[in-house]
Amino acid sequence: MNPADAIIQIEGVGKTYASGFQALQALDLSIRRGEIFALLGPNGAGKTTLIGIVCGLVKPTSGRVLADGHDIRKDYRRAREKIGLVPQELTTDVFESVWATVRFSRGLFGKAPDDAHLERVLRALSLWDKRDSKIATLSGGMKRRVLIAKALAHEPEILFLDEPTAGVDVELRREMWALVRGLREQGVTVILTTHYIEEAEEMADRIGVIDRGELVLVEDKAVLMQRLGQRQLTLFLQRPVAALPPELAEYRLDLAADGSRIVYRFDGKDDPGTIPGLLRRLLASGIDVRDLQTRQSSLEEIFVGLVGARR
Amino acid sequence: MNRHAIWAIYRFEMARTGRTLLQSIAAPVISTSLYFIVFGAAIGARMEQIDGVSYGAFLVPGLIMLAVLTESISNASFGIYMPRYSGTIYEVLSAPVSFVEIVIGYVGAAATKSVILGSIMLLTARLFVDFTILHPFWMAGFLVLTSVTFSLFGFIIGIWAQGFERLQIVPTMIVTPLAFLGGSFYSITMLPPFWQQVTLFNPVVYLVSGFRWSFYGSADVAVAISFGMTCLFLLACLLVVWAIFRTGYRLWP
Ligand SMILES: Nc1ncnc2c1ncn2[C@@H]1O[C@H](COP(=O)(O)OP(=O)(O)O)[C@@H](O)[C@H]1O
Ligand SMILES: [Mg+2]
Repeated sequence: MNPADAIIQIEGVGKTYASGFQALQALDLSIRRGEIFALLGPNGAGKTTLIGIVCGLVKPTSGRVLADGHDIRKDYRRAREKIGLVPQELTTDVFESVWATVRFSRGLFGKAPDDAHLERVLRALSLWDKRDSKIATLSGGMKRRVLIAKALAHEPEILFLDEPTAGVDVELRREMWALVRGLREQGVTVILTTHYIEEAEEMADRIGVIDRGELVLVEDKAVLMQRLGQRQLTLFLQRPVAALPPELAEYRLDLAADGSRIVYRFDGKDDPGTIPGLLRRLLASGIDVRDLQTRQSSLEEIFVGLVGARR
Repeated sequence: MNRHAIWAIYRFEMARTGRTLLQSIAAPVISTSLYFIVFGAAIGARMEQIDGVSYGAFLVPGLIMLAVLTESISNASFGIYMPRYSGTIYEVLSAPVSFVEIVIGYVGAAATKSVILGSIMLLTARLFVDFTILHPFWMAGFLVLTSVTFSLFGFIIGIWAQGFERLQIVPTMIVTPLAFLGGSFYSITMLPPFWQQVTLFNPVVYLVSGFRWSFYGSADVAVAISFGMTCLFLLACLLVVWAIFRTGYRLWP
């Protein structure tokens, strides 16, 4: 990636906690301006640690991070002004009102009061009607929205969402996805961590897989799905067959035990033109197809395959 | 300087005070009034004058210092401990603020509250006893200086504490005894010579003595020494706070 396209550059960042535990090994990662980047990894992989380092909550043991060209330690003011963080834990000032807490956040990040902006943020998160409510009286999902509103109060260019939809109901999750897309349209770069692979699949432009403090891979989602994704074509036969005709041997086909189905497995690297050819050869061999079904392996299966292989 | 941030923290802390007005202002005022009634009016009537000042009037500066001292510590320590405990401190630590701004916000709010408390107590005391203030500017100066110094001290405790118990331990086990033995209720010249010497190691003596001097013009210790010692303690606290942020002690893993 051209350095000018990178809004965040993480260079050789490692973290060993005081306990001696190495949570991150010298890790390099660049985040592209304006993208939605999903950091995917099992619990304890080091996602929160990495985000903590970029946001200034955890001291890195080695390496450096640039946010929009500003070193996050030496030039922390300019770096941090651009960053908003929604933490993993639901930590809110329960006695404050929603309005007071978002005003606080905006001021804390050095911005002059702007009630109109805060109103837009609260409306976008369906919090406007709750602006005078004490945070303690809100549901978990609402508290999560409050944290997002706080992170957006100072108009950041980069937004970190650490497991934004953990423990959130389906409806709110969909709303949040819509919100994140809306932010991207406004030019905000979004980095989210998740272990809902569905979420990465749905949202991300690029995906990084992290495991045991190491970045296992970083790839465009589409490329990743194509490169590693298994696809499967199931053909339901009009009449069961006892065996596959020998002239189909060049295809990797499996016949179900009862002879009623043929399964063809292929991956992104295979020529898509093989399928029509296969169908013609089947017909020519006198095998009639009643119905067919295709299935693409999900990111989840890719992920489990990747991480599982390292165990 | 991130002025908006200082103001945000300050306002947040003052709003917290507003919510706990009963506990943070009313409670110390009531307990001090009780001291005045018991010691000032009831017992004080049978006490001799000290340095030409009635015992009730003698008590006023000492009791105010006592309350300002303990409230500064408990307020400031709670103010920074709570966000550490609940986790909301992540926001302050990830904001574009320097440690100086964080300290001004938190400690400034705690000190403001102490100054308000001290002023209210001064007015309340007037209801019970007659007293004069010879050096009002010095009086205000000592009040502010003590509030700031002990709010800083409380801030340090709030960062050091790893549980509510530890948060209480320093105020109750160390500060309260020092405050009671620091000449709030008596002149240290009333002690035997040996204990007078020992008492001089108690920093509270200098605060109370200087503050009392600003009221009545007489003191156990020369006012310049009182002032100097208070400033020294302020400097020591500033140094510790600087070191905390320098090393990331208990704030950054
Ligand atoms: N303050 C800390 N001290 C010691 N170990 C820690 C600390 N914070 C996190 N860890 C450890 O570092 C590893 C990575 O944690 P984390 O970054 O929270 O992972 P994730 O967010 O991917 O679940 C975990 O094994 C965790 O126990
Ligand atoms: Mg995490």
